[in-house]
Amino acid sequence: MKIPMTEYLRIDLESEKWECRVCDHVIAPAEGNYKEGLLVHNRNPREIHPPVIDPDKYRYTFSPDPEWVRILEFCCPSCGTQVETEYAIPGHPPVWDMQVDVAALKAQWAARGTAMLPDAGPVVVPGRAHGH
Amino acid sequence: MKDLNTTGPAPSAEDMKLIKQFLEDTTLFLGPDPEIMQNHDLMERSPDEELAIGQNFDHHMIARIRDRLQSGCDEGYEMVEQMGAAPGAKWGDVITGIYTASGDLALASAGGVLLFSSVVHHPIKFIVKNWINEPTVGVREGDGFIHNDSRYGNVHNTDQSMILPIFHEGRLVCWVASTVHEGENGAIEPGGMPSMAESPSDEGLKMSPFKVVENYQIKRDLLTFLQNSVREPKLQLEDMKVKLFACLRIKQRIEETLNTEGPEALVAMLRLTMEDVRTEVKRRVSEWPDMSVQTYIIQDSTLRENCVVKVNCKLTKKGDRLIFDFRGSSPEFTNRATNTILGGLKGMLSQLFLCYIWPDLPRGQAAMAPIEVITDPHSILNCSYDAPNSQSLMSIFTGFTAGQHAVAKFLYSCPEKYTKVHAPAFNMINTFIWGGVSQHGETLGNLCADLNGMGAGATANRDGEHALAPIFATMADIGEQEVNEEDVPFLQLVSKKMTRDAIAPGKYRGGQGYTMMVATKDSEQWGFMTTAQGAKIPPIQGLFGGYACGTYPLSKVKDVDVYDILLNEPEKFRHSIEEIMNEQPFDGAKYTTHHMGMGFEISKRGELFMISQGAGAGYGDLLERDPVNVVKDIEEGLMSPEVAARLYKVVFDPATLAIDFEATEQARAEERQARIDRSVPYAEFVKDWNQPKPPAHLPYFGCWGDEIDTLYMGSPDVTRRGDEPRPNYMTHPKDVRIAELEARLAAAGVPGDEKQ
Repeated sequence: MKIPMTEYLRIDLESEKWECRVCDHVIAPAEGNYKEGLLVHNRNPREIHPPVIDPDKYRYTFSPDPEWVRILEFCCPSCGTQVETEYAIPGHPPVWDMQVDVAALKAQWAARGTAMLPDAGPVVVPGRAHGH
Repeated sequence: MKDLNTTGPAPSAEDMKLIKQFLEDTTLFLGPDPEIMQNHDLMERSPDEELAIGQNFDHHMIARIRDRLQSGCDEGYEMVEQMGAAPGAKWGDVITGIYTASGDLALASAGGVLLFSSVVHHPIKFIVKNWINEPTVGVREGDGFIHNDSRYGNVHNTDQSMILPIFHEGRLVCWVASTVHEGENGAIEPGGMPSMAESPSDEGLKMSPFKVVENYQIKRDLLTFLQNSVREPKLQLEDMKVKLFACLRIKQRIEETLNTEGPEALVAMLRLTMEDVRTEVKRRVSEWPDMSVQTYIIQDSTLRENCVVKVNCKLTKKGDRLIFDFRGSSPEFTNRATNTILGGLKGMLSQLFLCYIWPDLPRGQAAMAPIEVITDPHSILNCSYDAPNSQSLMSIFTGFTAGQHAVAKFLYSCPEKYTKVHAPAFNMINTFIWGGVSQHGETLGNLCADLNGMGAGATANRDGEHALAPIFATMADIGEQEVNEEDVPFLQLVSKKMTRDAIAPGKYRGGQGYTMMVATKDSEQWGFMTTAQGAKIPPIQGLFGGYACGTYPLSKVKDVDVYDILLNEPEKFRHSIEEIMNEQPFDGAKYTTHHMGMGFEISKRGELFMISQGAGAGYGDLLERDPVNVVKDIEEGLMSPEVAARLYKVVFDPATLAIDFEATEQARAEERQARIDRSVPYAEFVKDWNQPKPPAHLPYFGCWGDEIDTLYMGSPDVTRRGDEPRPNYMTHPKDVRIAELEARLAAAGVPGDEKQ
């Protein structure tokens, strides 16, 4: 049984692995930190949140200060889907955000059965996402 | 008591009894009681409750009484909202509730600020413990108690509660209370939420719970004292009356129930409602996956200076236990106002569950009762008696966001959900607080309702709504600015216009915030302040690959009278911060930007103060966003075409905005590949990225990484243990500036021959 844990990640209870829900790539052991199986980019926040007012004239611009905060972008090494972001203080170790008790998860789903798999939002498909 | 035994053998049980009796008999000051203040669980069943529940009332009857009294609470809420004089009351920043005889909040009104009432059980328990048997006070039919000091159980001192005991044939059966964000409270700055407060003594009125009503009449001598202590004496009177009469209306509804169903049915209903909710919460929690989720939120200022203040959160679910561990969060600031008492944080987490996770449950204290919260003593989330906390919302709201971010990661895999999985909402009170003498000669101090216009976070299936609601009152309004302007000497020249490009991108984007531009018009004695964080670092996190919001500064234009401009050269006026600050259209004016912690500042006629409300967080990978919705955002003025094309990789005709779907598909495939090319494997990344201590160039407060036992205090070399409090003083920003300027003078060779 495969349990969708986030928009882009699931845990295969048989293999005990984190997997990408978009391309089925096997990412990391389920007991561990899924981020260890992803790629990371240290993004300047100004590229995502552009200055609304002129940074050459003003100290505060609607854009985060890149000396004070960075965006860590985690993507699947196989399909490039952006799985998670983390707004991080420069040099702060990335957080291990989901530490799963896999044995408990297995027991919980053994009792529930597949019929209870969640309505976890829209189906995720690789490629174009628009509805035309 | 264990601490008393520092030397010698432990005292016997008899000695301990004597010591306890001695301390009780010789207490010189009844300060906040840690037994009451640290506990948010339900009180034990009282003998009266046991007796009532033993009568085995029909569940349908219990439900009927609950619905009836819920309506009574809602009626009281409507009364306060309609009649209250405080601006906050008019927009729904109020609440009413019914509390058990022991003080637990059993029912709260469906609208309003649940956070308020979920901390009022503390002062009621204080009254029960200290005043019922106190011969100089007592609790009798017709009494009413007032309270605002957050250290006895409140969010901040700007909120005031009226608390009434309800008796039936001489027996105390329950309490009712009404709470309003009143605004003015006589603090060092007008408006009730001073960011300049450096000690509790700067925070204005400090009402421990005391009796202010006898025989249902407000005591005129005490009322006069209170009026004499604040800047708005008429407001103080009017809202005390409003809250009293709202409580009396709820009392009337309770008495109708008492007369038809009897006191046991009422007592049983209140108790069983709480116990059933508590049981149901544990059942729902047990459906979550056993897991720990970690996150952190950064406050980027104390409202006096920029710094990095960590709110650290590890949320663990095991079986039916749910534990918020906030250890590792910043130490409290000894002379800054952004600390909160623990009860405020817990109240806001209660708001998280009852407004965002399980909104179907009866609103009361019970939903939070079984959930555990761990903090460091004297930390920014559990501050001491001596720390100012008038700007506690900064820590309460960032603590809420940490919880909201963590909970979403538990909910995704749950088969049964009660709301959609939700990215964090915007969490800062980006609004103008104002004060001075109005055009009518009235002394006023309060705030604009725009704090209620926070952008909503995106959910698993749709965009966040713009300017939806404040996180502390999901059914509040943003009011009518034009009505407000009848009472105050300033105009919002631009209001409710979305701030373009201040975005939170994602597959589903966050709801955006709007621009506010204010200028004083008809008073020479009027000013503004702003109290928000997030001008350098976003105060929220994104979810599942979505981004947080950007940052939001304060912009000022001085040495200008925009009313003259509008009269004589109207073509020069611009309707966005972007245009005014970039084009600088007013000749000779001075244009500056600042963080959002502006202390109270007198404004001259026609000077512009400009801010924006913020966006909720985005959800999911932005490359999955429907290109049609990207173009819709451009058409609605939320995003500029350049930013939309660059971020979302949508290809469209710049003149017609017609989408080229094939080219968009291609551009997005290339961007996914580009991501892979520019990113590095995690193990390789952390080798370069991870540092053992906070960077020297940032004044950093809180733990670093997972080492929660060590809290940094503004420098990589100054720390305290999490469990060992130390003072944490900040230097006055003007002294910092003077030192910088003196250093520049010295560097420029100016002789330092001044007499010392």
